[in-house]
Amino acid sequence: MRPASDARAAPWLARVPAALPAPAFARVRGALFVLALVPCARLIWLAATDWLGANPVEFVVRSLGTWTLVLLCITLAVTPLRWATGWAWVVRLRRMFGLFTFFYATLHFLAVAGIDLAFDWPAIVKDIAKRPFITVGFAAYVLLIPLAATSTNAMVRALGGRNWQRLHRLVYVIALLAIVHYWWHKAGKNDFAQPTVYALIIGLLLGIRLVRWVKARRSAL
Amino acid sequence: MPMTRNSSSAPRDIAPSEITPRGVWLRRRELLQAAAAAGLAVAAPRGSAQPADARKLPAKPGPYSTMEKPTPYKLITEYVNFYEFGTEKDDPAKYAPKLLRTRPWTVRVEGEVKKPRTFDIEELLKLAPLEDRVYRLRCVEAWSAVVPWVGYPLAELIKRVEPTGNAKFVEFTTLADPKQMPGLRSPVIDWPYTEGLRLDEAMHPLTLLTFGLYGEVLPNQNGAPVRIVVPWKYGFKSAKSIVRIRFVEKQPLNSWQKSAPNEYGFYSNVNPTRDHPRWSQATERRLGEDGLFSRRRPTLMFNGYAEQVASLYAGMDLQKFY
Repeated sequence: MRPASDARAAPWLARVPAALPAPAFARVRGALFVLALVPCARLIWLAATDWLGANPVEFVVRSLGTWTLVLLCITLAVTPLRWATGWAWVVRLRRMFGLFTFFYATLHFLAVAGIDLAFDWPAIVKDIAKRPFITVGFAAYVLLIPLAATSTNAMVRALGGRNWQRLHRLVYVIALLAIVHYWWHKAGKNDFAQPTVYALIIGLLLGIRLVRWVKARRSAL
Repeated sequence: MPMTRNSSSAPRDIAPSEITPRGVWLRRRELLQAAAAAGLAVAAPRGSAQPADARKLPAKPGPYSTMEKPTPYKLITEYVNFYEFGTEKDDPAKYAPKLLRTRPWTVRVEGEVKKPRTFDIEELLKLAPLEDRVYRLRCVEAWSAVVPWVGYPLAELIKRVEPTGNAKFVEFTTLADPKQMPGLRSPVIDWPYTEGLRLDEAMHPLTLLTFGLYGEVLPNQNGAPVRIVVPWKYGFKSAKSIVRIRFVEKQPLNSWQKSAPNEYGFYSNVNPTRDHPRWSQATERRLGEDGLFSRRRPTLMFNGYAEQVASLYAGMDLQKFY
């Protein structure tokens, strides 16, 4: 846990204030908001210009799945980043990244259910029930819904900070389900290079929390 | 160009309605060639037409061709599964053209045969008359294409090596050279890639020993210089860049069966009623035709070749022997 003032390790770190003035924060958040929309805009552009390749549906579904996972990793990285740098303001970006995770997960689900299966509900239900990798992916998506629904300040107040936090720990379960979903998707072809990368990142982000939790418990005893 | 208007080799069960469009197919090649020649005459300096001509693979029209619209050359050659060059669909097109050397090339034919021997690729090319055959291709991943292959029945080769009474199955082995195939670095499969057919499947007139597509030599990523095409089975059964054909008594394990026995069986016949554990096989998407918002099309039993091959599996439980 390196404090922000450790200028010897990385001099530029020292220049980032732990508390960011409101206008600067708004600019950072605005830039990240636009950046998070780029993958979606790219797909729309590729579709409009007929550049989605030989199998457009597969391309769109997989791209949206990958970006859901990327945004989930970014969301989970916010708190460890704060611990490592002391930047308190990054935590205020977490909700936006969380909601973008939900946004891409929703598009991913709609691409499968709506575009690939043309909203053929019996086929969709059958897929979810019959195929473990889809069951797990769908479960992860369903669990995201209460988190997105309780993301407003009013909902935090209504639930109370403690309950809200307890509920939002579901994201750890979601992260594990997402990895299992991706892993099983690739399992048939023993092609684990990419799932491994994401599993390591998620493992690291959850591991940091676990270590911190264990340490806190020890020092409390 | 030997453009024999041939129908004597066509089996009797081909509908007359299929004959005429094949003529259209023929004329189209003629037109294309004329157009290409004209283009070359205009665009290229004298004498430089040779490389393009060297890729041509003259063939007569063969039986069993579908009248469906062939998938564009670009898609067939750029959207490819050939894990020896990487697991992404565009990896083979990226690496195989530069890295795979298709000459010299030999194919060893061995095992339960009276005349085992090694064929040079040039000799294999001339073993029997080449035919144009437009087949549907159904990938186990639920996409499909229509490919105008060039080749001759594998049976032509099999007859010449004279299988013994013990030969019940045929095993095909793909080249596995780490210097030419960067994909071999990852243990996706227990290399080399092997595939297998029952002898009667291998002898079936639909089973094609294939050297080209779209009237030209196979692009490297599509399994050059020689592969098989078994159109009623999922694409992975059609082994590419073959270096060995072995006749055996016991049913061989194919690579995918070895790596995921619950997902891939020995037969792997296209079967819309037998789902893959991770997706339905009832429908498919045709490359280049089924866009973002078009419906999936139904998959046909034996990929539409039931009339020709269903009898091979009479009495077999195809849910069990998948």
